[in-house]
Order: sequence, then structure tokens, then C-alpha cells
Amino acid sequence: MRTASVEFIVLLGAPLLGALAFTLLRERSWTPQANIAFSGLTFAAACALTARVIGEGSLTFANEQFFIDPFNVFLVTLTAFVGFTTAIFSRPYMRVELEHGRVSARRLRLYHSMYQLFMATMLVALTTNNMGLLWVAMEAATLSTVLLVTLYRTPASLEAGWKYFILCGVGIAQALFGTILLYFAAEKVLGAEGVNALLWTHLDAVKGELEPTVLGLAFVFLLVGYGTKVGLAPLHNWLPDAHAEGPTPISAVLSGLLLNVAIYAVVRCKVLVEGSLQTDLPGRILMGFGLLSVVLAAFLLWRQRDIKRLFAYSSIEHMGIVAFAFGMGGPVANFAALLHMTVHSLTKSAIFFAVGHAAQKAGSQLMDDIRGLITLSPTVGWGLMLGTLAILGLPPFGVFASEFLILTTAMKQQPWATPILLLALGVAFAAIFGRVQPMVFGETTAKRLPHPPALLPVFTHLALVLMLGVFIPPYLADWYRAAAQLIGGG
Amino acid sequence: MSLLDWLTQALEVIVALAAAPLFLGWINQCRAWLQNRRAPSLLLPYYGLRKLFHKDAVIATNASPLFRAAPYVVFGTMVTAAAVIPSMGTRLPFTDAADAIVLVGLFATARVFLALAAMDVGTAFGTLGARREMMIGFLAEPALLMVIFVASLITATTTLPAISERLALQELGLYPSLAFTAVAFTMVLLAENARIPVDNPATHLELTMIHEAMLLEYSARHLALMEWAAALKLFNYAGIGFALFIPWGVNMGAGPLALLASVPLLALKLALAGAGLALVETVSAKLRVFRAPEFLATAFLLAVLGLLVHLLLRAA
Amino acid sequence: MDGLTLDLQILNALAALLLLLSFAMLAQRRIVRLVNLFALQGAVLSLATALLAWRTGDGQLYVSAALTLLLKVILLPWLLHRLIRRLEVYWDTEPMLNIVGTMLVGLLIVVFAFGLAQPITALASTATRSAIGIAVAVILLAFLTMITRRKAMSQVVGFLSMENGLFFGAMSATYGMPMIVELGIALDVLVAMLVLGVFFFQIREQFDSLDLNNLESLKDEDR
Repeated sequence: MRTASVEFIVLLGAPLLGALAFTLLRERSWTPQANIAFSGLTFAAACALTARVIGEGSLTFANEQFFIDPFNVFLVTLTAFVGFTTAIFSRPYMRVELEHGRVSARRLRLYHSMYQLFMATMLVALTTNNMGLLWVAMEAATLSTVLLVTLYRTPASLEAGWKYFILCGVGIAQALFGTILLYFAAEKVLGAEGVNALLWTHLDAVKGELEPTVLGLAFVFLLVGYGTKVGLAPLHNWLPDAHAEGPTPISAVLSGLLLNVAIYAVVRCKVLVEGSLQTDLPGRILMGFGLLSVVLAAFLLWRQRDIKRLFAYSSIEHMGIVAFAFGMGGPVANFAALLHMTVHSLTKSAIFFAVGHAAQKAGSQLMDDIRGLITLSPTVGWGLMLGTLAILGLPPFGVFASEFLILTTAMKQQPWATPILLLALGVAFAAIFGRVQPMVFGETTAKRLPHPPALLPVFTHLALVLMLGVFIPPYLADWYRAAAQLIGGG
Repeated sequence: MSLLDWLTQALEVIVALAAAPLFLGWINQCRAWLQNRRAPSLLLPYYGLRKLFHKDAVIATNASPLFRAAPYVVFGTMVTAAAVIPSMGTRLPFTDAADAIVLVGLFATARVFLALAAMDVGTAFGTLGARREMMIGFLAEPALLMVIFVASLITATTTLPAISERLALQELGLYPSLAFTAVAFTMVLLAENARIPVDNPATHLELTMIHEAMLLEYSARHLALMEWAAALKLFNYAGIGFALFIPWGVNMGAGPLALLASVPLLALKLALAGAGLALVETVSAKLRVFRAPEFLATAFLLAVLGLLVHLLLRAA
Repeated sequence: MDGLTLDLQILNALAALLLLLSFAMLAQRRIVRLVNLFALQGAVLSLATALLAWRTGDGQLYVSAALTLLLKVILLPWLLHRLIRRLEVYWDTEPMLNIVGTMLVGLLIVVFAFGLAQPITALASTATRSAIGIAVAVILLAFLTMITRRKAMSQVVGFLSMENGLFFGAMSATYGMPMIVELGIALDVLVAMLVLGVFFFQIREQFDSLDLNNLESLKDEDR
């Protein structure tokens, strides 16, 4: 056991320091670059940490309050990576917004400091071993993004921010009650002087002895609480609003990262509860919520006119798929769910990058106003098109691989669900493709932007997704397998 | 049943009949003092009753026999109720016949006859009053029942004297449930006896009155009986309150001396209760009629909360 | 009830008082009074925590009690009052609140909460375990307060009251959470309040007026 390591300190310290620095210093011309630098540093630390975990196995830090195991290490890396690329994307994007007068320099300062704080809270949530701290970090993540959602101060964004705050606040309060119940059960087994009674590793070790009734009750509250943040139907109301009204880089990290972190929390809880209940009831509940989200989102996709709302609903759909897969449990389904989390995160943020540039060019987020991207800016157009094809699960992209795995597993384990899933995927495909196709091709009148868009992140992400679809590197596959083993179930 | 018990029983009814108008007079006097008015005579209610009994009754031509019978029924139920409330002693021969739930039923009977009589003649005011009375009753009765249930749950009996006895004998402690129900009971008392936040006993303002509106068609001995019954009702409510929340100082089978001692103690309790009631009435403003359900809903809520809190906290 | 020591009786009475205050908040139309009731609830909570600390001799609970006093009785109500004054919503009341109906729903919720807490109470070993049901009821009632309100300010007070219930639940079930978690929660609540303060000013700035009704009409527009 070690108290800390350099990589770990940098991992959490860099974004915190960044947040502090941006809060104290006035917005300068180099702030966006500094934002990239801090995010890059975080990413580098995450990579180094990963290398270390590959070498040494699971690690714990700071009196076991923090830990790294195969499940969270890949999410840490993914989070740091997407955080880094989003920072790169946000530089030209926010500059255009500044020039259009949608944000002021002061708000940009708020934006940058909150961005770093948000990254820090997510990394804390991922790496903490303490279920109580996990709750604290999740709540902090909500709080740091509320002001980002309302950055433009339009009536719509204020409403979205309010909804986000209240719904997630209430939801997360349920999660706190679940955490209290968890502690209540744990205290009985791990002793009253239970400083360690909320540590996941300790709970995991004794999960068979935890009181099943209490844990069952706790799971309901935890699922409702963290499920609200995942955007599982019917608790998803805040999600499309928050995604559509905030700045696009924030939509990208909300969709690509925060949802992952929330579902990570749910899965951590599920592991404990399933171990205690000795039944697959938590899995069934998770499957139910997941399936409901997939179906509901697929049909709601048809009613969208705003492009960011469209992809927000698509995120709900994909989170539903992930929840369903985790609900099924078992090594293959878990593997597929983890892969799906990764590829969805990469693809969705890439799409949001492209969408952001497209919306800036058209001067509108309404899909009817965005036309002919391919003639106006071939790279943005292709980026959006490829991203859309990838998220819709077309081969050879990674989403295809994960969805294929999930569907085949479902066919074996839960045959009744397969037609529902297939139908929903088909409906979603038609809805999204039908909307995106005329935006990419077709006639246009829009003019060019003063700043070249940052397309490197878009294509990097898509390339990675493509790679994951064709070939999963052995060490990554090992990770996934180890994590899938850890999650168990099925 | 010893002779003393029968004596207690008789004494209680007689004291109730005699002291009820006095209690009303005392409340009026306290109110006058608190409002810096000159107080009317303490005996004013007696003068009023005597005057009414000496008058000739005038009855509407279209009144049915029910209209004539109602005052006797109402008065009778109130006297019966007085007989089962342990205001001076708990060993009452009558209590075997009627427990606390029957007591609530007696009040309900009086209410029904009052309302029917008010509607009998067919005047607008009578009907209005009856309607409002029933509106109050449908919330006040369950609240009163809840209050009694809480006490019953604590003492495991439904007869009021037994409840009172056991409450008096158990060890002193904090009973949040009893505190809740005490407040609820006070609110029900105010509403049921046409006291100030809900009704104003001192006014004949047609738009707001409830109880007075129902008596408008009565005169002479009928009116006297009705008013006496109203005074008795207030006295009975005070007696229930004492039995539940100040259960000490009554004869619990200790002997004639205890019975003798209970008379001044009852007077003291009544004096304090009357003063308290006058104070409540002075400091609170009359509610608009359509807010009365809110008032009573609060009483009901408090009583049910008392019940729930008792059930929960007793589980410890 | 019989045979309980005096401190436990007082604790039970305080728990009952908390429940009563929750109902008072549920029925309260005036926003200023709502804040005062919230402060009172915090005070009762703090008192109960201090009493429990004295009973168990747990130093950590003293810290919790002090923290509650500082945060929920002094700091948050002060901030809220300041906000109310700055936003000039002093006279705001909740329109259209069917108090009788809400109360009856509240009663049903209390019954539900007690039922929900039954299995936990049965397993708990703390002296205060009978108060767990009340804690759950306070949480759910605060939730009801939130969903019956149309004013942003009262929703926030409901939200904070819910946190009170959670705290009380943690206290009565397990004598409080680990200190690090409690500190984190307190920090989150404080930050939430600050964020909300900023948020309210954004609303005012956007709508050129201090009336929070704008937010309500907006909400409906998008539905």
C-alpha cells in the first residue's frame, strides 16, 4: 500500500490547479492554450498511471481513500483523453462564440475554471474508493456544470440549467440516502468505528455478509439517484435541455464523460448489491430501465428539431444499451458494455465537435437551418457524416462491434429483449440518418467562419473508434476482460 | 358499584348542568378583561336562560315535529355525554354503557338533529348554517376520533374513564404524540363550539356565522335548551380535555374525600381552561369561512401525526 | 415509550418536532416564513445531534452538530434572506396551493415512509432507530414541498430541507456518516447555495426583472 504516487497527484492536481488558476487570474489570450495544457498534463498523468497499473495491478492511495483497478483505470484514461481533445476543440469554438458576442471574457474565465473543476470532480468520482466521496464528487460535478449550461444566459439556457440543477439535485439526494443505507449495512459487518465502512474494496470483500433487505432498498435509491445522472428514462428530462442549451464543448463532455461516470457509479453499486442479494434482481432492474430508455429515446428522436437535442436523445439511447448490457451481466455482456461506453464516448464527443462547428457556420442549431455542409466545409461535413454512421452502429466502426456483441449475448441470455432492441435501433437509425443526410448534402447559403475549425479531435476520435471496430489491442482487451470479470453478474 | 360511585355519577351530571352556563360566563368575562371591556355579569348566561324559559314559544307554521323535538334531543345527548366524562371521578356506573367512541357518536347525533332542525323551516340562513356545520363536522369528527385513538393506543382501552385513569397513573414522560393531539384537540374544541377562529359566538353577522344561523328560528324554551346544550357541549369538551391531558385530581376510587377534593380542583381546571380559551380567542383572528377546512385539516393532520408518531416511536 | 431515558424521550420529541416542521413547511405559503421554518428545522436537527453526541460521547457528532448549526441555522438562512432581499421577493407567496389536499397526501407519504423504514428500523441497533421512519418522512415531505411549489426560491428551500432529512436519517440509523463524507456533503450544500445565488442573479439579469415567475412561464413554454 502506498500513500500516493506522482502520477496520481498530477492526475487530480492538474485540473484542480487549473481551476484555481483560472479563477484567480483574469482571462488572457493564452487561457485556452493553458486549458489545453492542463488537460494535456492530466492526460499524460492518466497514461503514466495506466502504464503503471498494467505493470503493478490495482493500486490504492491516501489511506485507501482512492484506488485504481482495471474497471476505473480505462475510464480515467478515456476521461482524461476526451477532456484533452475537447479542450483542443473548445479553443477555436469559444473564440468564435466570443467574437459573435455570445459570451464575454468574464464568462470565458468562468467557463475555463469550471471546465477544469468539472474534470477534477469526474476524476475524483472515478478514482475514489469511498462511496460517500463518490457521492460528493458526483454532486460537485453537477454543481460545476450548472453554471456552464447557463453560460449563454438565454431564457432557454436558464431554464435548462434550472431543470438540470433541480432534477439532478433531487436525484442525487436519493443516491445519498442509498449511500446512507449502504453505510448502515456496512457498519454492521465492518464495525462501528467504520472509517473503512464505505470503502468499496472493503465492501466488496464482505459483500456476501451485507444485509440483503437493506442493500436491496439501498440499490433502488442509488439507481434512481445515479440513474438520473445517467439519463435513464423516465429520469432523463434534464438531459436533452442541458445538452442543447450549453456550449457545445460542454455538451461533448456531458455526453461523452459525465454519463459514463454516472453509469460507472451505478455499476459499482450493482456489484455490491448483487453480491449481497445473491439474485440477479439488480441486473433485472437495470435491464428494465435500460430497455425503457432505448425504446423511449428511439421514438423521441423523431420529434427533435434541434441537432444537439437529437444527439442528446441518442446519448440516452446508448446509455440505455449500456445499462441493459450491464444488467445482463456476465463476462461477454460486461465486455461489450465497457467497449460500448468507450466507443460511444469517443464517437459522441466527435459528433458534438462537428455539430458545434456546423451550428456555428449556419448560425443556428435547428436542423432545418443547417444545409449542405459538404460543399461549405467538406471536413466538417464528412466528420458529421462519419460520426453519425459510426454512432448508428454501421460496420466497421467500434459501435457496431459492441452493439453486435450485446445483441448476440442478449439473444442467448435474454431472447425476449432482442427484438425490442433491434426495433429501437432501427427506429433510431432511420430518425438520425434521415435528419443528418440533408444537413451534410444539399444546398447551402452559409458563409465561412473566421477561424479554422479544430478538426483534429473529430478525426482522431473517429479513427480510434474505427480501430476499435476492426481490432482491439490485446492489452485493451485484457483490461476489458479483467474489468468484466470484476463486475461479474449474469 | 358502590353508593359512592352512584353519588359521583349523579354529582357529575348535576355539576355539569349547573356549571356549564357559569363556565361560558367565565370565558366571556375573561375575554372582556383581555379586550379592555367592562365585563358582563358572571351569571349573565343564567339570566338569559331564565328569561327564555319564561317566554312563550313561537314556532313557524311549517315546522315539523322534528323541529320541536330537536332541542330535547340535543339537550338530552349532551347530558348523557356529561354522564360518561370523568370530570370528578373515574368510577362511573354509566361508562360500561358508553365508551369514548360512543361519546363522539353522541356529539354527532346532536349535530345531525341540530342541522336537520335548522333546515326544517326552510329559511336560507338555517340551511346555510346547517351546511357549514356539516362541513366543519366532517373534518372535526375524524380529528376528535383520532385524538381519542391516540389516547386509546397508549392506554389500550376505549372507555374514557379508564383512559384517564391509566394516563394519570403511568410514569411521567415526554409524549410527543400526546402533545400533538393536545393541540389538535384544542383546535377541534374551538371549531366544534363555535369559538373564534372558526365562528364567533358574539356576533349575528349573517355572512360568517355558523352556529347562530341554525338557531335563528328558535325561541323561548326551545332556544333556552339549545343554548344550554351549547354550554354543556363546551363543558363536555373541556371535560374530555381534562380527562386526556390533565387526568389528575379526580376520584379514582380513593373515597369520598377524594371526591370532595375533586370539586375545587375541577373549578380550578375550568377557570384556567376558560382563561386560556379566552386568550386564544383574543389573540387569533377569525378565519374566512372557506379557510375553516384548512384549520380543521390541520387539526386532523396533527391528530393523525400524533397517532403515527406514537406507533413509530413506541417501536423503540 | 415506557422505560425510555429522558434524553431518548427528548430525542424522540425532537424527531416528532422535525416531522411537524416538515408539515409546516409543506403548508407555508410565504417564502420568508419558509426560510425561517427551515432555519428552525436546522436548529432542532442541531440540537438533536448535540444531544446524541452527549449521549454517545462521540466527538465526531459534536462536530456535526456544530457544522449543522453553523451551516443550516446561521449561514444558509442568512444567505437566503439576503437573496430574498436583494431579489426583492420578500412578499412572494405561493399561489394555488391546495393545503388540505397537500396535507392529506403528506399524511399518506408519512405512512408510506414509516412502512419503508420498517425493515431498516428492525435491523438497526442505534438507540435512535425509531426515528429513521421520521427521517424518511422528512425527506419525502421535502420532496413533496418541492414538487408542489412554483417559485424557484421555495423549491430551493425544499431541496435544502430534504438534505436535513437525509442528515437526520444518517444520524438516527448509524450515528452519522464518516467525517470526511459529512464534510464533503456540507461543502456541496454550501456550494450549491452559492451556485444558486449566482443563478438567481442570472435570472434577474436575463429577465430585467426580479420576478421569478418568468422562469415558471418559461418552463411551461418548453413542455
